[in-house]
Amino acid sequence: MIEGRARSEPRAVRIALTSIALAFLFFFLILPLAAVFVEALRAGIAAYAGALTEPETLHAIGLTLLIAAIALPFNILFGVAAAWAIAKFEFRGKSLLITLIDLPFAVSPVVAGLLFILLFGAQGYFGHWLQAHDVKIVFAIPGMVLATLFVTVPFVARELIPLMQEQGRDEEEAAISLGASGWQMFMRVTVPNIKWSLLYGVILANARAMGEFGAVSVVSGHIRGETNTLPLHVEIFYNEYNMVGAFAAASVLALLALVTLAAKSVVEWRMRVETEMLSAGLSPEKGS
Amino acid sequence: MRKANVLPGLRLGLGYTLTYLSILVLIPIAALILKSASVSPEQFWQIATGTRAMASYRVTFGASLIAASINAVFGLIVAWVLVRYTFPGKRLIDALVDLPFALPTAVAGITLATLYSGNGWIGQFLEPLGLKVAFTPLGIVVALTFITLPFVVRTLQPVIEDIEPEAEDAAASLGASRWQTWMRVIFPTIFPALLTGFTLGLSRAIGEFGSVIFIAGNMPLISEITPLLIISKLEQYDLPGATVLAVVMLIVSFVLLLTINILQWWTAQRQSGDGGASEPMPAPVVQAA
Repeated sequence: MIEGRARSEPRAVRIALTSIALAFLFFFLILPLAAVFVEALRAGIAAYAGALTEPETLHAIGLTLLIAAIALPFNILFGVAAAWAIAKFEFRGKSLLITLIDLPFAVSPVVAGLLFILLFGAQGYFGHWLQAHDVKIVFAIPGMVLATLFVTVPFVARELIPLMQEQGRDEEEAAISLGASGWQMFMRVTVPNIKWSLLYGVILANARAMGEFGAVSVVSGHIRGETNTLPLHVEIFYNEYNMVGAFAAASVLALLALVTLAAKSVVEWRMRVETEMLSAGLSPEKGS
Repeated sequence: MRKANVLPGLRLGLGYTLTYLSILVLIPIAALILKSASVSPEQFWQIATGTRAMASYRVTFGASLIAASINAVFGLIVAWVLVRYTFPGKRLIDALVDLPFALPTAVAGITLATLYSGNGWIGQFLEPLGLKVAFTPLGIVVALTFITLPFVVRTLQPVIEDIEPEAEDAAASLGASRWQTWMRVIFPTIFPALLTGFTLGLSRAIGEFGSVIFIAGNMPLISEITPLLIISKLEQYDLPGATVLAVVMLIVSFVLLLTINILQWWTAQRQSGDGGASEPMPAPVVQAA
């Protein structure tokens, strides 16, 4: 009985702390989220629908989807390859490699964009060669894809490395010693083991890819109707005091964020269920 | 001890990883450093410590430190409440904490600017009190607080969940008040994680661009952040200037990343160390019971 009381704060303190936490989250999360939709619908449904179906907005949505569709497969391949090498093998310089994978999280998006200007811009290292061969990277879609790839580097790898390290090599080794080919082992053993974490990483990478502003803004060149993704489109409308247009575009991105959070919660729940089933069925102790 | 690894795919996996990182990260960063070496050390120093640059560091680091500190305090309370207490809607609130990670920064920027402007939902109550938030440095703090909100909460939650109840029971049964238990047992356990969350938030805040530019007002010397100064140099075709400032920011990123790695190592040490330290502690509990 002593323990029950000792392990918690007095009731008044609990209520006070809960109120402070909820008030903080109300002002910093819920109010901004609500404001996006209220501002978008301020001039009525018709104006909202009109802003969303403008050709430039539709083009921006299309470009955002296109860039994410190009960038994500590269990112998934990289995440799986990096996690496979790091989690299943021993080699020198591994922690350096992990730090390198984390680096894009620490670099300012603006600096990330600048990196590609320095390489592929008119005054950049490859600028002359690219101009001579009439290849456009910066201020065009390839540069925006590169910037997106840079800022999304860690997402999938970061989710998979700890999981695959914990799972160890036993199951894959069994598959190989029973005569499975590398591909069979990967598809039948590894993928089923990592699918939820993989999906989790992809959901986060997708949110970042579709929402990235700074890095893409630097390399986009802001060519209207050509290199404007949806987040860049929000800025253009906002700077033109077209609030309904800006918030209509923003509401699409906010909806994407809500779908991301919902998908994330579902995947987290699935992962918890599977871990519980595993630890209940296979081993009573949790190794840590 | 070490058995031969029969698994395939090391060369393929590592090869792809290294190629990918080289093209996207290593070569571009090498190019940046090489480019910055084309200005003389004196010029480099002059650009890096120019009046406008120094003012932008003050704004960027000052606002980031304040925002990370606000989140250290409120993030700790939020994490504690979410782990230890129950209240209706807790699951939903918990999921919503990640909103700043999922919401594009430009959306956060225009929304916060609208909320805190003179006729906005929040601004209309603050401005009569003489508090101008939007288009002032205070607005930068608000944007950065929003952007870095999840870091402390998400770093602390698993650590609070893992606190061994025996340690709290032991302290209580030895006559410690709840406040003493909190300060002497719980806080030291979660402190490394709190510091990690703070540094993660700081690192993110210093580089942040999208959310800030809409609410900052972007006045040179007053509310101009370093990433924006880089862009304005780039737009004036001052590539050396932009490069030097980018190198300064990159160095800060490296240092913070290193600090985060050391802190995470410390957190892991502290947690595994706790397992050992708590072993002699249950004894008094057994005796008291």
